[in-house]
Amino acid sequence: MAEASYPEDLQYHSAHDWARIDGDTAVFGITWYAQNALGEVVFFDPPEVGSTVTKDESYAELESVKAVSDVIAPLSGEVLEVNAALTDDGDGPEAVNDDPYGDGWLVKVRLSDPSEVDALLDRDAYVASLED
Amino acid sequence: MSATVDTAIDGGALIPAAGGADPRPLAAPTTSVNPIQRDHATTIFEKSVEGRRAFVAPPSGVPEVDLDDAIPAGLRRGTPARLPQVTEGELVRHYVRISRRNFDLDTGFYPLGSCTMKHNPRLHERVTALPGHARLHPFQAPERAQGALELMWGMERQLSEVSGLPHVCLQPSAGSHGELAGVLLARAYHESRGETRTKVLTPDTAHGTNPATVTMAGLEVVKVATNADGGVDLDDLRAKADDDTALLMLTNPNTLGIFDPNIEEITAIVHGVGGVLYYDGANLNAIMGITRPGDMGFDIVHFNLHKSFTQPHGGGGPGSGPIAVSDRIAPFLPLPVIRRLNGGSATDTGDPTRNRPPVRFALVEDADALPDGAPGSRSIGKLRGFQGNYGCFVRSYSYITSLGASGLRDASEIAVLNANYLLAKLHELGVSEHLPLAFGTRCMHEFVLSGGPMKRDLGLKTLDLAKRLLDHGFHPPTVYFPLLVDEALLVEPVETETKETLDAFALVIAEILREGAEDPTIAQNAPYTTPVRRLDEAGAAKRPVIRQPLD
Repeated sequence: MAEASYPEDLQYHSAHDWARIDGDTAVFGITWYAQNALGEVVFFDPPEVGSTVTKDESYAELESVKAVSDVIAPLSGEVLEVNAALTDDGDGPEAVNDDPYGDGWLVKVRLSDPSEVDALLDRDAYVASLED
Repeated sequence: MSATVDTAIDGGALIPAAGGADPRPLAAPTTSVNPIQRDHATTIFEKSVEGRRAFVAPPSGVPEVDLDDAIPAGLRRGTPARLPQVTEGELVRHYVRISRRNFDLDTGFYPLGSCTMKHNPRLHERVTALPGHARLHPFQAPERAQGALELMWGMERQLSEVSGLPHVCLQPSAGSHGELAGVLLARAYHESRGETRTKVLTPDTAHGTNPATVTMAGLEVVKVATNADGGVDLDDLRAKADDDTALLMLTNPNTLGIFDPNIEEITAIVHGVGGVLYYDGANLNAIMGITRPGDMGFDIVHFNLHKSFTQPHGGGGPGSGPIAVSDRIAPFLPLPVIRRLNGGSATDTGDPTRNRPPVRFALVEDADALPDGAPGSRSIGKLRGFQGNYGCFVRSYSYITSLGASGLRDASEIAVLNANYLLAKLHELGVSEHLPLAFGTRCMHEFVLSGGPMKRDLGLKTLDLAKRLLDHGFHPPTVYFPLLVDEALLVEPVETETKETLDAFALVIAEILREGAEDPTIAQNAPYTTPVRRLDEAGAAKRPVIRQPLD
């Protein structure tokens, strides 16, 4: 995805993560800004299904040609599913760069505290934070 | 220019001047698809022709032995090994040609930040090649290797003086190995006091080896934040230091090239909770003879001999990362330890008839043979085979002995002066508009520029600038490290470079930015003049090709 984009229907975390919330579950990923800053992603180290993730803490690692980076959870909960297509057994992690809001999703989580959503940023607030 | 860049280069028209003194554009951008590899490289196997050879053995002077008696048939290969068959001339040309495809310190400026790429004086190679050093076998009996033991003992004293810590172990084979030794020593120290401490504090500017070492030693990393001046955030340190803190690992000056003015407060906080202070010696080249980690309150230091004390870098060859420690850590030092006997006076007369000198030094392998409390008396054990990479010791001993205390101080002062000169020169040329200094206004021996404005305003990433530097005959600085600086460029010019080289480098940086403002695609497609073009780094990480078939 060559041009920056930040969809309206997502909730954003200041550590450049997004959440797509559907009832008491949510899908997490990283934003266009994050994948652009990382450069080409070469490896995704996912959490285990069934493990617990905690808001504001690292739940996975993405390795680019520049560095290995922690991925911060925008919300807390239990991992229901990881995007197996991004691993070495699948197509590899290209989709994180090519389609960060679609095929490049990272995990699906059952939320333990849906009220945490209130602390996330909407699109305009996140985009404004990038311009500071 | 109508020819493509590749063919023009083959014609010899665009090869940069040595040292990159000419900042004019070296190559126009090209829209043609450039293969990554500019010239064709062959392996020595592809040069092989049946029947050619580089060496003919002379007739044997000893009786032949039946091979069946020497090596059982079941252990012998059934067909001859496939070895390349080439003449000596072809052999020499092959490897000389390969060596010229490298960028190396002997052909160009190499300001790779945090690596201290200083000139390696040739005197050291000459001393190291003396037969008494070069042919010394690790199994030589210590009483017949007294000269080597004396050199190692003397080097321990030298490193002790540089670090301000009384005890030294030369064994570790690399800086990272020294780090592991240091963390294991700290762990042993706490365990000896009946304490199990699991946390290791490291600033977020730390070298990647610090957290890696901590993890390998079975401990847990806790990151400490950086303050607005580029030093340790004292409030964050106070909040995270507690009675579970095993040690703090700190590089000072840090990877931002900043000497932390709060160092005494930092060591007081960590000592206050009973922690051990570990000094990562990666940036020792900034402070030799000026200040000492021991005086700052550190307990353990590792030295990178290849950085501060001249060794050829790289290649994964023998390295050396000695450590120096305080009295409270010394009993846990690795074995064997070198002991000077009898105050350095001979313990016997030697045996002149058998060419054996008097014994004055001993190599102690057994902790029980050492007085309680002496270095190594409660040792963590061996770190590796034998006593370390001796050739490295001879080179660095030659360096320290040649320069002496005042010479080491000169080296550090000039390293810091060169870095500040280059920083000022870049500023004078207007480079800081696009590549501002990340923290502060001055630096120690290295500095970090942020390529953020360059990327935003010119569309050039730090990687593009780095690749374009190669076309001008300069090795790029370290890129994308430290991680907390956007599009980081970490520059360390070292003390052995001349003002003319620093001026030429600064002019080239300014020229690349000027060129980028006109046409960013030139740098975005660089390099043009190197044996291989822009590499597919992501592809190399994801789909590495590590084997090449012979046919």
